[in-house]
Order: sequence, then structure tokens, then C-alpha cells
Amino acid sequence: MFENLKEKLGKVLKNISGKGRLTEKNVEEAVKQVKLSLLEADVNYKVVKEFISRVKEKALGAEVLQSFTPEQQFIAILRDELVRILGEKKEDLKLVHRPSYVMFVGLQGSGKTTTAAKLAVFLKKSGRRPLLVAADLRRPAAVEQLIHLGNRVNVPVVVGDRKDLFKIVAEAKETAESRNHDVVILDTAGRLHIDDALMEELAKLKELLEPDEILMVVDAMVGQDAVNSARRFDEILDLTGFIVTKLDGDARGGVILSIRYITGKPVKFVGVGEKLDALEPFYPDRIASRILGMGDVLSLIDKIQQQMDAEKMKKMEEKFLKVKFDLEDFLEQLREFRKLGSMAEILEMIPGMPKVDLARSEEELKKTEAIICSMTKEERRNPRIIDYSRKRRIARGSGTTIQDVNRVLKSYETLKVMMKRLKKGRGLFKKFGIPF
Amino acid sequence: MLWKHTIHIQGSENMSLLGFLRTGLTKSRNAFFRKIGELLKGSKGIDEVREDLEETLILADVGVVTTEKILSELENRLNGAGEKDPLEELKDILVDILGGEDVPDIDTCIRPYVISVVGVNGTGKTTTIAKLAHMLIRKGKKVVLAAADTFRAAAIEQLKIWGERVGATVIAHDLGADAGAVAYDAVNHARARGKDVVIIDTAGRLHTKHNLMEELKKIHRVVGKVVNGAPHEVLLVIDATTGQNGLMQARVFKDEVGVTGVVVTKLDGTAKGGIVIPIRYELGVPIKLVGFGEGLEDLKPFSPRDYVEALLS
Repeated sequence: MFENLKEKLGKVLKNISGKGRLTEKNVEEAVKQVKLSLLEADVNYKVVKEFISRVKEKALGAEVLQSFTPEQQFIAILRDELVRILGEKKEDLKLVHRPSYVMFVGLQGSGKTTTAAKLAVFLKKSGRRPLLVAADLRRPAAVEQLIHLGNRVNVPVVVGDRKDLFKIVAEAKETAESRNHDVVILDTAGRLHIDDALMEELAKLKELLEPDEILMVVDAMVGQDAVNSARRFDEILDLTGFIVTKLDGDARGGVILSIRYITGKPVKFVGVGEKLDALEPFYPDRIASRILGMGDVLSLIDKIQQQMDAEKMKKMEEKFLKVKFDLEDFLEQLREFRKLGSMAEILEMIPGMPKVDLARSEEELKKTEAIICSMTKEERRNPRIIDYSRKRRIARGSGTTIQDVNRVLKSYETLKVMMKRLKKGRGLFKKFGIPF
Repeated sequence: MLWKHTIHIQGSENMSLLGFLRTGLTKSRNAFFRKIGELLKGSKGIDEVREDLEETLILADVGVVTTEKILSELENRLNGAGEKDPLEELKDILVDILGGEDVPDIDTCIRPYVISVVGVNGTGKTTTIAKLAHMLIRKGKKVVLAAADTFRAAAIEQLKIWGERVGATVIAHDLGADAGAVAYDAVNHARARGKDVVIIDTAGRLHTKHNLMEELKKIHRVVGKVVNGAPHEVLLVIDATTGQNGLMQARVFKDEVGVTGVVVTKLDGTAKGGIVIPIRYELGVPIKLVGFGEGLEDLKPFSPRDYVEALLS
């Protein structure tokens, strides 16, 4: 999702690395490129200006560390500044009351209703008993939409009389208490931040519910104006955080930087797909690494851990410990990956991986499966014995070519090396967020 | 060109739009555009205000690249012979980019005239369709709406409610049905009953989702089989709050399904919708309609002059 920003910063840093050290001139040039990148990523103009001036100041005043190249030093400064804005750690929901109320607010079309259902799914997975409340009485059929979604994810939806917002909320309170729901998610109508009457309505709802969380849902594709709406919503409601949606497109998501900078409130979740489980906790430090072109290895590991079969995962871990990782494990991995949804999404998180065509990678996956299944057990466990004549047999057996077989073996080797590195490097990753 | 370009007369409709946009800007908490006016009034060159101009245009989502092009053009024009008012020159440049003084109008002389409305999720497609249907019905057209968003829960119900409010027939199947089949039925219905216009409500889709773009192409192929040349109009709905991603959206939708015009929605907020400038400038896609509220009347033909005036006054 930050693909283009990544590429551009990469280019800038390459320019620096060609030179010996950070001088006023090359810092100036690098900083200018960073400014352009951030603006094209829709980071707010004023935020960019302040950010850039800090980076410049730090880069010029930085002590020259013997062990760092100028490129590494510049990345480190840039990253530190990004993390300083984005926050160090992931921020969880703080659901202290029982039942705990969560209010969704935002502009029209940001994705509140879908995200409300997604959050319900997320909470259910973590053992909660969520209740949805259809409090959007303005958009035609918004109530029906939430009912549909509630049915699909098996979470009850309070609709009340569909007319009086405050009656509906009162009914929701009753239902939550009598049916023992511990989280109540309120889907409110989209509204403009300059519509004083409707903003006042939200303030009243807040007073009535005393919610633990007031989350503003923001579209990742939003431009410069994001700061105006976020600031206003925060002024009126004292938001507890944001959910940024539609990050599965190619928007660079600079809005994440802007809203955090302007309000100081954290992004807690990001929406990454149309499916109702496509909501993920937001890891600011990982996004910073991602912006800097380091890939998002940590997020990948987390995703695999959460979605892979726990038992299989344990076996896999045992294998890692022995640093034995054969083709059978490789196949298993690929099959598990498929469960995670789009292969492309996964591959994109791995540093140095080129952008992959989704349809093609699915096809590749099938081919890979066929190839590994055409091997003997012995070959799968000890791929080293696969010589030319074995390759020819495997290719014939799987209806592929020798080149295909070679490719599979090569990507197996790559993954194996990466697994080893990850295992060794995890501590280091945590420390720097970057694999120096 | 299926859209009739009439010479722009400062009619009451556009006056009210201009008035509206102006009010919108007053409401806005940072009236940068007014600052531009003040900055440029009476100034001779743009050197001393260049950074402010850059800031203003970028904050309106015009984008860095297009902003630079606009500013160089302004410099060129001001360096030419004769005394020139910089503010007027800047307005002229923007009006030129946006298509000149003409205000586009919908000419639905082909019957049935098929309009497909497309865009990413949450831009306001369904609401825009309701307003457009209302506009056409008031001109005496008979309108059919095709509920081809069979993906989003309750999108069909939403369109049906609007259809009832504006007095348009809604052709719908069930949730999850084939979108092409819905469009096909709607166009067939219109042909059989002698209706004037079919507006297809398609599901919101991120332009990066290959399969969904293919589905859209299929819908268009299917209606093309019923009525020659259909869809006659493919309107891309862009949210005024959209940043630079809007240009990518427009590019992909244009390449994949041949967008004939853009509708900018949600201009009643504080966002300026400046992304339409690079969309027109880089891709040549005309802006045809503007939406600025939740009421049925809140849709007007796009007048480049009024838009620019409202932004820079």
C-alpha cells in the first residue's frame, strides 16, 4: 500500500549512499525528495513542512557514527521522526466498563457500517460478546445493511423503532444488560464536521453513553482536508482513536501521519479488504518501517501466527528450532498462506519482493503444489538429491517444465534462508525495526 | 460527443451553485483561497507569493506536479507583454484546464440512453444516481434504475427507497445476483416500455481489484448487446475529499471502462475537490456534475468558471 512512497524514498537514499557522508547539500536534496513523496502520499502540507524541517535539523546536527553509512544514518533519523509522530506501540481498545460502549463516527462513505461489523467479528474472535446498534437513521437502508451484516457474522443488531435515535440507544442499553453483551458498537450516521446540528447530536450521544471508545472512521484515500474533519471531530468528541479503511487499495495512506500529528490520537485498526475479517490492529512502528522500504516482516509473522492452525504452527516452530525446513513444510506453508487470503498481500510484506499479480500467483501456487506432489517422499525431505534426471521426471509428472521445477526449488531455498534469518534476527528487528 | 455543450449563460441554476460554493468556503475554517485573492490582488509578480500559492493549491488536493505546472504557466503568462492582473490570469488558467466556459449538459436523445455510474467504495454513487434521476425526471424523462450493486448489503434496498422518492422504476434481483443480468433486465425493460434513460448503480470497487474491474466490463458488454452503443455514458464518481489517489482511480477506470465524465460529490464540506484539476489536466476526462448535499436538488452541471470563481474569490 505504500509501494510508491517506498520506491521514491529508496531512490533518495540511494543517492545519499553514493556519496561519502551527510553534507548540507545532499541532505537538502534528500529532504526535498522526501517532501515530494510525502505530499504525493497526501500527508498534509503543514505536517510535511514541520516534519521535514525536523528531519533536516537532525540530519545535519547528527553525530557521525563510525558504524553507520550515511544512508543508514538518514534512514534512522527519518524513521525515528516517523515513529515519534505515529507512536511507538500498537494501541489496543480500552474497554473498561461492562457493557462497554464503542461509538463509530465519521464522514459519509468512510466505511463505518462495514467496519462496525468487522470490529464485531474481531471482538468475537477474542472472546467477547458484541452487540451492534443501528444508529444511522439518515442514509436510506443503512439499518438494513447492518442487519444483513449482523446476520452474516452472527452478531445481534438492535434497531429499535428505526426513528428515534435516543430510544434506540436506550433499547440497546437494556438489551446489552439483559442479554449479557459486554461490548456495544454504535454505527452512527455519516456527517460533515461543519454540520453543527449533527455534531451536537453526537455530543449528546456521548454524554448519554459514556463510551469507552469513540473511533473516527477515515478513508485511506482522503487528501489534505483530512486534518480539518479529524480536528473538528476530535474537538467536539475528544476521540479515543481512528480506524483507517480501504488500505487494500493503492492509496499511500499519508492520512495516517496527518491525523495522528494533528490530533495526537492513535490509529487503532486498519481495514484491508472487503471480507469481514479484513480488519487488523495497527502497528505504527511497522508502518514506519514499511514507509522506509523495509517491508513489513513483523506484521507478516503476526498474521501467520494468528491464522495458522495452532497445532500445525507448533509443529512448524519445532521445525524452525531444528532449522530443518523441507519441501513438505514449504508446501504446508504455501497452503496455509492461501488461507490468509491474497497471496499478493503476503508477498508484498516481504522486503525485496516485487509486486505480484494476484491471479498469476494463485496459478503459480497450484503449479507449485503439483510439482511438490510429483516428488518422492525422499526428495521432499532432502531436496539436495534432486538432480537433472529427477527434475525431468518431476516436470513430466506435474505437467510443467524443468524451469518451473527450478523456480520452485529456488523459492524454497529463499524462504528457508529467510526463515533462518528471521529466527536469528527477531531481537534485532525489535530493537531497530530495520535489518541493518 | 453525446453531451451537448451549450454556451454558458449565467443562469439562475449556476448562480445558485456559485453562491453555494462561496458560502461553503466561508464556512470553511481555513479560507486559503481567499488568501490567494488578497495575495495576488495588485501584485505584479508571483515570486514573493509563490510558496503561498503552492501551499494553497496543494492544500486543495491539486497535487504537487499539477501545481508546479500551473505556477510555471502563470509565470509565463505574466512575463508576456502588457499589464496583467495575476489573479485573473490564474483563474483563466484553471478555467482553461477545466474545459473552458462551457457547461456540460446531458443530452439523452438516444432512447433508451444508458448511463453507468462507477467508482470506488463510499464516494456517493447511489445518492448521486437518485439526484441524477430526479434531475432527468424533472425534465420530463422516464427513468429506470438498475440495482447492479448486488454485493453491498442493503444497497438494493437503498436504491429502491430512492426510486420511490424520485418516481423511477427500479429493476432489482437479489443480493449476490449477477450484476450483468440486472443491468440486462433493466435495459430490456426500458426498451420494451419506451423509457428514456437507464441509470446503472454498480457496486463500489477499488480500481486495484482486477476481478471486480472485469465484472464491470462485463456489465457494459451485456448492455451493449441490448442497445447499440450502450452504455452511452460512464460517470465516475469522485469524492471531493479524495487525495492524489483520485488520479489513479480516474486513470484506471478510464483505461478499463472508458469513463466519459466525472461527478464530484460532497463539495458541501471543507474539501475543495482539487483533484479534478489533475484528472482533467492529465487525463482529459471532463468534469460533468457536482454534488453538494444530501437533498435531491443538490446536484448541478459543472461550470468551470463558477468552480474557479468560488475557489479563488
